[in-house]
Amino acid sequence: MLVKTIFCGFGGQGVLMMGHSLAHGAMMEGYQVTYLPAYGAEVRGGTANCTVAVGDEEIASPIASEPNYLVVMNTPSLYTFQNRVAPGGSLFLNSSIIEARPSRKDVDVYEIPCIEIAEKMGNPRAANVVMMGAFLKKTALVSPEVYLKSLETIMGSKKKMIADANRAAFAAGYELLKEYMENGCQANLGTIR
Amino acid sequence: MQGNKVIGEAAIRTGCRFYAGYPITPQNELPEYMAESMCQVKGGVFIQSESEIAAIHMVAGASAAGARAMTSSSSPGISLKQEGISSMAACELPGVIVNMMRGGPGLGNISPAQGDYFQATRGGGHGDYRTIVLAPASGQELADLTMDAFDLADEYRMPVMILADGMMGQMMEPVVFKEPKPRQYRERYVLKGAGAGKSRFIRGLILDPRAMEEHNWKLARKYEVIAQKETRHEAFNTEDAQLIVTAYGTAARIAKGAIKRLHDAGLKVGLFRPITLWPFPSRELQEISERTDNFLVFELSTGQMIEDVHLALCGRGYVNFYGRPGGVVPTPVELAHVIARQYSKKDRHHE
Repeated sequence: MLVKTIFCGFGGQGVLMMGHSLAHGAMMEGYQVTYLPAYGAEVRGGTANCTVAVGDEEIASPIASEPNYLVVMNTPSLYTFQNRVAPGGSLFLNSSIIEARPSRKDVDVYEIPCIEIAEKMGNPRAANVVMMGAFLKKTALVSPEVYLKSLETIMGSKKKMIADANRAAFAAGYELLKEYMENGCQANLGTIR
Repeated sequence: MQGNKVIGEAAIRTGCRFYAGYPITPQNELPEYMAESMCQVKGGVFIQSESEIAAIHMVAGASAAGARAMTSSSSPGISLKQEGISSMAACELPGVIVNMMRGGPGLGNISPAQGDYFQATRGGGHGDYRTIVLAPASGQELADLTMDAFDLADEYRMPVMILADGMMGQMMEPVVFKEPKPRQYRERYVLKGAGAGKSRFIRGLILDPRAMEEHNWKLARKYEVIAQKETRHEAFNTEDAQLIVTAYGTAARIAKGAIKRLHDAGLKVGLFRPITLWPFPSRELQEISERTDNFLVFELSTGQMIEDVHLALCGRGYVNFYGRPGGVVPTPVELAHVIARQYSKKDRHHE
């Protein structure tokens, strides 16, 4: 098994944190992992992306030619990366701010209004964790408990409040996708308002 | 753990107690890590120097005083350090230099590239000298080779370079640190201050040509021993391969991904990955050339290591080249197309 994911969006949206936490979680699950942040002379508000490879044997290349999963947090990244996704792969879309929809018909699209959900919970900064909840419900690369523990390790947060907020945000994303999957629909699910 | 930090942690675990450096992307996490960690170990010294040149000379000084010392930089900064590296080679001072290469020449950019191969393997600075050059291709190797670099530097009393790039420096992979070996070095040269014994001195300036010639031959004999004893490489799927891809570091990782894809499609492609760039594993490559005669050299440069491949093969076999300089990192699929083309070309050679 070898699964590659690209996370992309604006700098400041927690794109690298999403990849980092997934890689850490998968490592704790006993997988081989690589985490490769795209490295440029980036600034806040610029674009950021990272690639995570998870496998059960040595990972040859940390670069993803055809990622199985793509998590898109802003519109420019959708145009940049949508063609890279492997046929039959999944695309997770931050539908709170992305109005465009992918032109690909051979990938599953999950529209997650992650910013709105996070805002509703009073913690808009946790939008990326909402997205991770949805992502991990679908991909099951890391169990929720292990993931949340990894997130706490990485954040190094001693504040219980932040950990709890992340926990709630994760659960919201997780439940949303569960609902999507149970109702058997994928694309054009509309946004929760 | 992130690549740059792996180097820092491995260095400290193996007894490095002096680090001097000047910031430059894409290796900044290494001095950052050293700044934090050096003050937590007994006798640890971290200095952010006023320049790269100062840093390398501080390392030389610490080394002369008996410390395990390290500096790091990226391509343009490494150019500045060459005077000091040459001087350390002349004075036979151990030390570890990390070069996280970027696209060049000049200031270039901060993306992964391999354009410093010549500079690293041919000495880099002036004069008749060599540095051992280690090229890690994973987080685990960054840890292992950093520890080995200090041991090699002590054993042969010379500067050792770790040559990687921004991708190795930024990438995170799980790492297990091995138990460091106890430090073994001949203490006779160390300058510890005047005691009751004979006075010692370390110098690179030898005005008498005969003495200088003798010193040069002494260094050359040392380099000959290293060339015999210290070559390292990884051979992957080479036993029944019809085509051998030769690549190091980041390029080798991409090549391995491409080769695995091609393997699934039934193509017999192997990878020869030099781990020591100097000394280059020529004999090992020659042995492989007895079984296969089709070679593709892949580098993130316009073609530097290919010269060593030619020297090793002495005109045998078909050697082709694929290069992506300037910080462009092709995907394994792109490279697989290139390899597949070369693979089918070979059949035509035989007809």
